[in-house]
Amino acid sequence: MLRRAISAFVTVAALVGAAPVLAAGGGGHVHDYRFSFEGPFGTFDQAQLQRGLQVYTEICSACHGLKFVAYRTLSDPGGPALPEDQMRAYAAQFEVFDPELDDFRTAAPPDHFPESALENAPDLSLMAKARAGFHGPLGTGISQFVNGMGGPEYIASMLTGFTGSESEQAGTLLYENEAYGGYMAMGPVFYGDDVEYADGTPATIEQQAQDVAAFLMWTAEPKMMARKSAGMTAVLFLVVLTVLLYFTNKKLWSPHKGKH
Amino acid sequence: MSGIPHDHYEPKTGAEKWVESRLPIIGLMHATLTIPTPKNLNWMWIWGIVLTFCLALQIITGITLVMHYTPDTTLAFASVEHIMRDVNGGWALRYIHMNGASLFFIAVYFHIFRGLYYGSYKAPREITWIIGILIFLLMMGTAFMGYVLPWGQMSFWGATVITGLFGAIPVIGDDIQTWLLGGPAVDNATLTHFFSLHYLLPFVIAALVVVHIWAFHTTGNNNPTGVEVRRTSKAEAEADTLPFWPYFVIKDLFALVFILAFFAAVVGFMPNYLGHPDNYIEADALVTPAHIVPEWYFLPFYAMLRAITFDILFINSKLGGVIAMFGSIAILAIAPWLDTSRVRSGRYRPQFKIWFWILVVDFFVLMWCGAMPAEQPYVIISQLGTLYWFAYFLVILPLLGLIEKPLPQPDTIEEDFKAHYGDPNADAASSDYRPTPTAAAAE
Repeated sequence: MLRRAISAFVTVAALVGAAPVLAAGGGGHVHDYRFSFEGPFGTFDQAQLQRGLQVYTEICSACHGLKFVAYRTLSDPGGPALPEDQMRAYAAQFEVFDPELDDFRTAAPPDHFPESALENAPDLSLMAKARAGFHGPLGTGISQFVNGMGGPEYIASMLTGFTGSESEQAGTLLYENEAYGGYMAMGPVFYGDDVEYADGTPATIEQQAQDVAAFLMWTAEPKMMARKSAGMTAVLFLVVLTVLLYFTNKKLWSPHKGKH
Repeated sequence: MSGIPHDHYEPKTGAEKWVESRLPIIGLMHATLTIPTPKNLNWMWIWGIVLTFCLALQIITGITLVMHYTPDTTLAFASVEHIMRDVNGGWALRYIHMNGASLFFIAVYFHIFRGLYYGSYKAPREITWIIGILIFLLMMGTAFMGYVLPWGQMSFWGATVITGLFGAIPVIGDDIQTWLLGGPAVDNATLTHFFSLHYLLPFVIAALVVVHIWAFHTTGNNNPTGVEVRRTSKAEAEADTLPFWPYFVIKDLFALVFILAFFAAVVGFMPNYLGHPDNYIEADALVTPAHIVPEWYFLPFYAMLRAITFDILFINSKLGGVIAMFGSIAILAIAPWLDTSRVRSGRYRPQFKIWFWILVVDFFVLMWCGAMPAEQPYVIISQLGTLYWFAYFLVILPLLGLIEKPLPQPDTIEEDFKAHYGDPNADAASSDYRPTPTAAAAE
């Protein structure tokens, strides 16, 4: 029965896999960018996260917040890992409202990034996970499984996907975007060399888009590297235990089974 | 406990006698562990232990998560992020709990389809089966309410859609819906209601699991042949069975750890793969998601709910959908009386096998339809899938028992076991022979 169940499953999987690949999501085109953190062994590129933080700070933060992210986590291992003094200096640029003082004060490491400055701009803390859904082909989610297509790909594609076409609807200017698959409220933000990277990386539109997408993957999943290494340890441990139990079981049952 | 003849616990030391005469708990544990178990059980009999493990895992991780979670619409989403970011190991607890629900349902579907294939629902195991269906229903309720707690978009809109179904019930529907929600719409009272029940129901499930085990320890396990263990003498019973400890405990543990290796890989490397991305957006009553999709394990039943797009006499399509959805599970409970075949195991029913595997495929097709938008061709496929689901139980199972010519079954479990694994002692002519290591292990 088990063998049959497996073969039935494999058949279903093969049929699904053979189906033609449909366009992702709501018709928009998402480019499958390669990120360093893909796959079971993938890790964040610390330099890229720091560049992404810079892009977020200088450009995105004008409208978008990161309300679930605490400044102190910028120094955590497995993230941008800023030195502590840099992290403190970074936090000190911001002011937060303190209900106890009933006034604004300089932000400290335990404080969180501000909420979105623009009312309609979504908070970006979890955007890389909230935009992870690519359900093709045929709604099975196989493409996400195979290609690791997720939120960072969407964010980078969206940031580079403006066609230049604009449309005014009810007094609001909307911008056409290929990744979004239509007209959206946010306009193009990158024109090239919008920031000056300290490490000398050329700040092309593509580079800035991918850097900030990687940074937002970290804000969405700050414990990703700890998770993958714990996962690896757990899988190895369980595989060894499986082998040991296999032989235990075999030896235990052998007096009751003939040689076959 | 079991009607299968075997050795019972005899307290030997003074202390054991003292305890046993006041509370026979050692005897109960002894009876549970040494219960004679058909020795030909195959790998489809390991899901019970996986399910027990899942229940314990969900209760333990759940109780720990509650220590950091806040059931309030303004704080729930942020408190989950607090668990993910600030609580030591919080991300692991939450991802294990989240994916633990999926493992739970994978296991329960294997377990249910195993029961359907090998006729485990048939006399004398009807009560075990019905308790099992009740557990399955409670699992669905618990999982649904748990999904609401993070207060993401899919939590909110899933709760809105599913509680809306109760509004379809005539006369009392609106009152039931208001009672479930704690108000006219999904709001703080809904969240606190669901939080309370999500904490309560797993303990009800645990109690029913004890009853489930009690019931099948009374009748004895079914097995792949569907042939009962011989009970005429202890020697014959022992030729058909082996004690649960250590044989099945070790076998089940091996299978469990093997499955957990895959589970650890999912939690470690793709913990969000089975979830819906929209649930990482905080609930917003003013923004409806493009597609409201339940968790994967509800999809076959969700497809049946949506398949009823037409009115039947005075039953409108909405109520019809609700009846189809709950009916599709309720019909499982009466399967023992719908199946007219005197042969228990599907292994000896050549025609049954075909219909059974179509049912399995039907289940996956419905699951796929449930994930797709409610438009053609998915609607007609869902309708055909729903039709087959009900026809299997209401038409095929009753008729098949009358027209099918079953294959010959083995006389005993021992015979089946030897046919599969050979005879460890081919020289021994007597079928009553029992190798000595078993006797030693049973001590």
